[in-house]
Amino acid sequence: MILSMLMAPEQAAKAAETAQKAAETATEAGKTPPPWETLTPWSTLPQASTFAEGTDNVYLFIVVLSVFFFVLIMGVQGYFMWKYRRLSEDQKTSSITHNGKLEFLWSAIPAVLLVVIFVWGEVDFLKQAVPPSDAIQVRVTGRQWYWTVDYPDHPGVQLTSSVDDSTVTMMVPKGRPVQLTMTSEDVLHSFYIPAFRVKRDVVPGRYTTMWFEATQVGEFNMYCAEYCGDQHSAMVGVVKVLEPELFDAALAEAGRLEQDEGESLADFGKRIYSRRGCNACHSIDGSPKTGPTWKGLWGKQETTDKGTVTVDDNYVRESVLEPNAQIVSGFNGVKMPSYKGQLEDKHITALIEYIKTLK
Amino acid sequence: MADDKSKNDADHAETHEREPSYLVATKGLKSWLFTVDHKRLGLMYLGSTLLFFFIGGVAAIMFRTELLTPQGDYIAQMLAALPTWLGGTAGDLDAALAQSATTYNKLFTVHGAVMVFLVIIPSVPGSLGNFLLPLMLGAKDVAFPRLNLLSFWVYTLGALFFIYTLFAGGLDTGWTFYTPYSSSTGTAVVSALFGAFILGFSSILTGLNFMVTIHKMRAPGMTWNRMPLFCWSIYATAVIQVLATPVLAITLLLLMIERTLHIGIFDPAMGGDPVLFQHFFWFYSHPAVYIMILPGFGIISELIAVHSRKHIFGYKAIALSSVAIAIISFVVWGHHMFVSGQSELAGIVFSFLTFAVAVPTAIKVFSWVATLYKGSIEFNTPMLYALMFLFTFSIGGLTGVFLGTLSVDVHLHDTYFVVAHFHYVMMGGTIIAFIGGIHHWWPKMTGRMYNEGQAKIGALLVFIGFNMTFFNQFVMGQQGMPRRYYTYNPQFQQQHLLSSIGSYILFAGLLLTAWYLLRSLAKSNAPKEPLPDSPWGGASLEWDTQTPPIEHNFHGQPRVDTDPYNFPQIDRTGEVDHH
Repeated sequence: MILSMLMAPEQAAKAAETAQKAAETATEAGKTPPPWETLTPWSTLPQASTFAEGTDNVYLFIVVLSVFFFVLIMGVQGYFMWKYRRLSEDQKTSSITHNGKLEFLWSAIPAVLLVVIFVWGEVDFLKQAVPPSDAIQVRVTGRQWYWTVDYPDHPGVQLTSSVDDSTVTMMVPKGRPVQLTMTSEDVLHSFYIPAFRVKRDVVPGRYTTMWFEATQVGEFNMYCAEYCGDQHSAMVGVVKVLEPELFDAALAEAGRLEQDEGESLADFGKRIYSRRGCNACHSIDGSPKTGPTWKGLWGKQETTDKGTVTVDDNYVRESVLEPNAQIVSGFNGVKMPSYKGQLEDKHITALIEYIKTLK
Repeated sequence: MADDKSKNDADHAETHEREPSYLVATKGLKSWLFTVDHKRLGLMYLGSTLLFFFIGGVAAIMFRTELLTPQGDYIAQMLAALPTWLGGTAGDLDAALAQSATTYNKLFTVHGAVMVFLVIIPSVPGSLGNFLLPLMLGAKDVAFPRLNLLSFWVYTLGALFFIYTLFAGGLDTGWTFYTPYSSSTGTAVVSALFGAFILGFSSILTGLNFMVTIHKMRAPGMTWNRMPLFCWSIYATAVIQVLATPVLAITLLLLMIERTLHIGIFDPAMGGDPVLFQHFFWFYSHPAVYIMILPGFGIISELIAVHSRKHIFGYKAIALSSVAIAIISFVVWGHHMFVSGQSELAGIVFSFLTFAVAVPTAIKVFSWVATLYKGSIEFNTPMLYALMFLFTFSIGGLTGVFLGTLSVDVHLHDTYFVVAHFHYVMMGGTIIAFIGGIHHWWPKMTGRMYNEGQAKIGALLVFIGFNMTFFNQFVMGQQGMPRRYYTYNPQFQQQHLLSSIGSYILFAGLLLTAWYLLRSLAKSNAPKEPLPDSPWGGASLEWDTQTPPIEHNFHGQPRVDTDPYNFPQIDRTGEVDHH
C-alpha cells in the first residue's frame, strides 16, 4: 500500500518546482501544466494543507496495525493449514471448544486499539469543524455540472470549473485559512480536494461549510464526490494555491471576465464558453454531449418540443436565460440551469459571435 | 457419545429403504411452482439469485470495460458496433456517444441495485437458509410453509418490477436513490422503487417465518446452545429483516409519493430535506449490510468446523456476537454521513458506535482461525472458499476501521477506497461464503457431485481475479479517485486497467463455476450409487438424512443429545470432564 506520508525526494523537488513555476506565471492563469500531467500512476498524493499530515498519520497508524493483524491472522492460519492438514482419514482432532482467557484477550486488545483510533480521528475531525475567525470567506455553488466560486471580499470576481482545460476553479493564498460556505442549486454535490484531505457535501436548500489552510503553492485537483447525474465526472476542476502577496492580483485577473483591448467579440465569447461552464455540456467539435453541440449550430433548423426554430440571436439568448422554454428534441431529460444574473448582455452577445464562428 | 451416534446412523440405514427424494417425490411444473416444500423453494431461490448474479455481473464487466481508458467511449462503440456483429448495419455512433455517460450511470446503478436487492440480501437466507434451516433443526418444514411460498412469489414480483425498469429506460440514481437527484431524473425511478418496496415484504415474511421456526420447531433435545451456528446467524438476520425493512418500505413509499404527487418530503425545491432521506435510507441499509453478511458468517462456521472435523472454537462467542452485531447495527447508520452535513456531534457518536461493531467481528475471525488448531484439515473446494473468506473478509473488516475513523473518512468517503472496502465485505465476505456454501451443500441439495478439479481451478481464478480487481482500488481511493466517474484523470489509467483485467479473470472463474455446477446436473453425470448421507462427515442433522433428503426430511422425529460439532474424530481420551 502506498504510504502517502513517506514523500519521495523527487516528489518534494517536483512540488518545489511546481511552486516556482506557479509563482512565475501567477498572473497568467491556466498556463501551468494541469496537475494530472505531473503525476505518475503510483505517485503519492501531496500533503498540501495543514490537515493533510494529521489525516495521513492516523491513516498510517491504521495501516501499520492492519498489516500487523492481517499478517498475524494469515500467518497463524497458514501455519495451521500446513501443520494440521489431513494426512489420514482417521486423524484425531483436539477436543478444545473454548478458552476464556484467550477469548478475553482477543476481544480486549482490539477494543483498546479501536478506542485509540477513534479518539485520534475524532480530535482531528473537530479541528476541521471549527474555522478560525480570520478565515478568508469563499462562496461555492454547485450546479449540474459545474462549480462557481465567489469571493465576497473581491466584488465581481467569479471563477467557474471547467473540464476541458486547466482553468482555475478556485484560488487561495498559501498559509491563510479559507472558509468555504457552500450550497447547491439542484441536487447533492460534494466538494473534494484530495491533496488537502477535505471533503464536504454540497446540499440544496442549506449551507454547509468547510475550511482549510493550504501549505504548498501549486495546482491541485478538485472533484465532485457525490454522484449528481450524467456529467458527474465532468464536475472537476483545479484549485490553485498562490503566495499570499500574489493572491489579490492573480484573483482579480483570473476572475475578470471583460473583453480585452484588441480582443474580438468571438474570442471573448470563447473565453466565456470555457470560463462559465458551457463546455461541460456543449462541445465545439460536433461530438455530442449532454447538450447539443455548438458546431454548425448557427442558422440551423432545430426541432424542439414547441416546434421548429431557426437558431438566431434571440433563440440563443432565450436558451441562455430561459433554457427550458424550448427543448431540442433528443435532450428532453436534461435540465440546463438558467444563466440569468450570471451572464450580462455583453457576454451573451460575445457567445453568439463565438457560436457564429463554429461552422 | 460419538459412537452412539454412528450406531444410530447404522440403524437408520437398516430400517429404512431409500425413498424418492424431494426432487422427484411429486412431478410436473405445478408441483414446483406451487410447492410449499422449503427445499424446493430453496432451490428456486438459488436459481433466481444466481440468474440475477449473472445479470449484475455482466453489467459490472461492461462498465469495467468502459473504465479501461480514461475517455469513456468504449460502451458507445460497442453499442454502435453490436448490430454489425449480428449481421446488420452499424448503429449511430454519435447517438451512442451522446448517451455514453447515461449508459455508464445506468450500468453501475443496475449492478448495485440488482446485486444488493436481488442477489445478496435474498441469496443466503432465501436459498441455503430455506433449504437448511428445517433440516438443521430437525423439523419437517418451516413454521409457515404457505407463507414461505408467498415470500418467493413476492420476491418474483419485485424482481419483475426491476426487469421492467431495465426495459423502461433504466435507472440512473445509483442503488442508494439519493434525493433530490432521484426526484428529478427522467429514468424509471418509480418502478424500481416499487420493486425494492415489494422485495422488502418478501424479506420481512421470510424473516418472520425463520424466527418462528427457530423458536418453535427445534427437535426435542436441541437447546439454543445445540443449534448449528448457521441457524444462529439466520436468526440474527431474521431479527434485522423484520425490524429494519419496514423503515426502508416507508422511505421508498415517501419517495414515490414525492415523485408522483409532488408532495415535498426530501426535495428542497418542494420544501423537503435531502439529508433526511439519507438518515431514513441508511437506517435500513446499514442494518441491511448485516442482513447480507451474517448468513455468510454462519456458513463459514459450518464449513470450517466440518472440513477440519474440529469442534468450533468459541461457540457461544460466535453465536452471541451475531446477536450483538445485529443489535449494534441499528445505531451506526450515521457513519455513511460523516461529510453529509449532519452535526459533528452526531458524527462522533456514530463513529464511536461503529468501532463497537468491530469487536464482535474480530472475535468471529479469531475463533474461526482457532478452530483450525489441531484439526484434520481437508482442502476440498468448500474449505478453500472458507479459507479464502478469512483472507478477503479480514481485509474487508480491517479497511472498515479506516472508514469508521472520522478524519480519515473525510478524505476517503465516496472514493474508490469505499468501493474496494464494501466489495471485500459483500463479495469477499458474503458471496465467497455463499459459493463455498453452495459447494458444501451441493451434494445434499442435488444428489450430485461436481468435478473437484475444475472447482479448484474456479476457486483459484475467483481468488486471483477478485483481489486483482479490488485491492489496488484501495490505493486509487487513497490517491483521490472518486466513485462513479466514467471519465477520469489519465493518472489512474494503469490502476483501472489492472482492475478491469482482474474483473475479467473473476468473471471467467465464476462462469467456469456455473458451468461445472450445471454439468453435474446432467443425466449422464448421475452417480451410479446414491451419494452417502454425509459425504463430508458433517455431524449436524442435515447430514443425518438421506441425500438428497426425502420430502418430509426425516423418518420420524430426530432427537438431539449433543451439539452439532461433535465429530467422531475428536479425541476424547484424556479429556477431563469439567462440565
